[in-house]
Amino acid sequence: MLEAANLECVRGDRTLFSDLSFTLGAGELLRVAGTNGSGKTSLLRILCGLLSPAHGEVRWRGGNIRSLREEYWREIVYLGHSSAIKDELTAAENLVVACTLAGIKVGRDQAMAALHCFGLADCAELPAKVLSQGQRRRVSLARLILSEKLPLWILDEPFTALDAAAVDYMQTLIAEHIARGATVVLTTHQEARIASVVMITIDLSARVT
Amino acid sequence: MLTALRCVIARDLLLALRRRSDVLTALLFFVIVVSLFPLGLGNEPNLLRTIAPGVIWVAALLSSMLSLSRMFSEDHADGTLEQMLLSSSPLGMIVVGKVVAHWLIAGLPLVLISPILALQFDLHQSLLWVLTLSLLIGTPVLSLIGAIGAALTLGLRGGGILLSLLVLPLYVPVLIIGAGTIDIASAGLSAQGHFMVLSAFLVVAAVFAPLAIAAALRISAE
Repeated sequence: MLEAANLECVRGDRTLFSDLSFTLGAGELLRVAGTNGSGKTSLLRILCGLLSPAHGEVRWRGGNIRSLREEYWREIVYLGHSSAIKDELTAAENLVVACTLAGIKVGRDQAMAALHCFGLADCAELPAKVLSQGQRRRVSLARLILSEKLPLWILDEPFTALDAAAVDYMQTLIAEHIARGATVVLTTHQEARIASVVMITIDLSARVT
Repeated sequence: MLTALRCVIARDLLLALRRRSDVLTALLFFVIVVSLFPLGLGNEPNLLRTIAPGVIWVAALLSSMLSLSRMFSEDHADGTLEQMLLSSSPLGMIVVGKVVAHWLIAGLPLVLISPILALQFDLHQSLLWVLTLSLLIGTPVLSLIGAIGAALTLGLRGGGILLSLLVLPLYVPVLIIGAGTIDIASAGLSAQGHFMVLSAFLVVAAVFAPLAIAAALRISAE
């Protein structure tokens, strides 16, 4: 499904990685590991098409994502480092806006239900500026519950700022999604304990560049 | 596609509603700058009548510049812009939504208040509607052109000054035609030709600016 061919990433004068190739099928999880500054986020941004690689290309179902554009973006969720949460909007409004931009039609009830799953039922109507770091993270992650139909999730450090219970819940969510036959790419510093899935790990810092 | 457009406009208006100070700053700036001229130049009615179109138009340019740098920078800082770039709707559509919202917040209030301000300059009543109409057609062009500059200078240090240097020269044709509309009407001639040119600016900007803004955003986000 997702195929990376000879990717090379250069930031400034530094080559972060080169000749990186892999293929991910349905129901597979790719974990990108590596030290700080080894290019994990850059790789994820290349995979979702925000950054163009110095060499190589990313293919989705055989087509280059650079030419697929909206057709590809319709099928993916990318959750980056920044939470894309507006301080002035309530948690529920933030979630509805995020989903609408992604092209998922979401009603108020569905948004409330998703926030409830992440334990945010009480703060759904509060402006995001009063939420804690972990709660803001949960609001952006709640989008995943509404994106069950999308076949590719690209998650940058999904477990940061979350408490133990929320980390467990995220891992179940990812495991369930993979069991549905979807593909997940994520970066994490912790060893992810995601039950019964095919996990491929790429360690960017261990690669000789 | 239209859902995304509506969503972006509604979101930006809601954000503006929840922090009104931003909107009021630009509007008050416009009111104060325009009011300073009669105070500084004294009560010479003919002089005031002559400079009125230019003063009001220049103040409108500067006031709409004020809010430009914030147009994309906040979305850029909190990651919303990345999500917009990865949206399933064309980026051009989302950008149109941002520009429409910017005009409703920063442009339309200026248009609505300008006839009142024009009274300070003793502008003839028949010219008030010419002034308002010229601003109504002209200010969306300012938002469209300004958004290109805002997208290009996104994430740069000192981007605000660069933005002014980049955008103000591009505003010149709109200023000349916009202010000229009132001049020619005050001479008793038909301003129809000027309105046509101003409308042509709007049409051309509305067609091409979103493409340029979208391309600039993609480059800035890399």
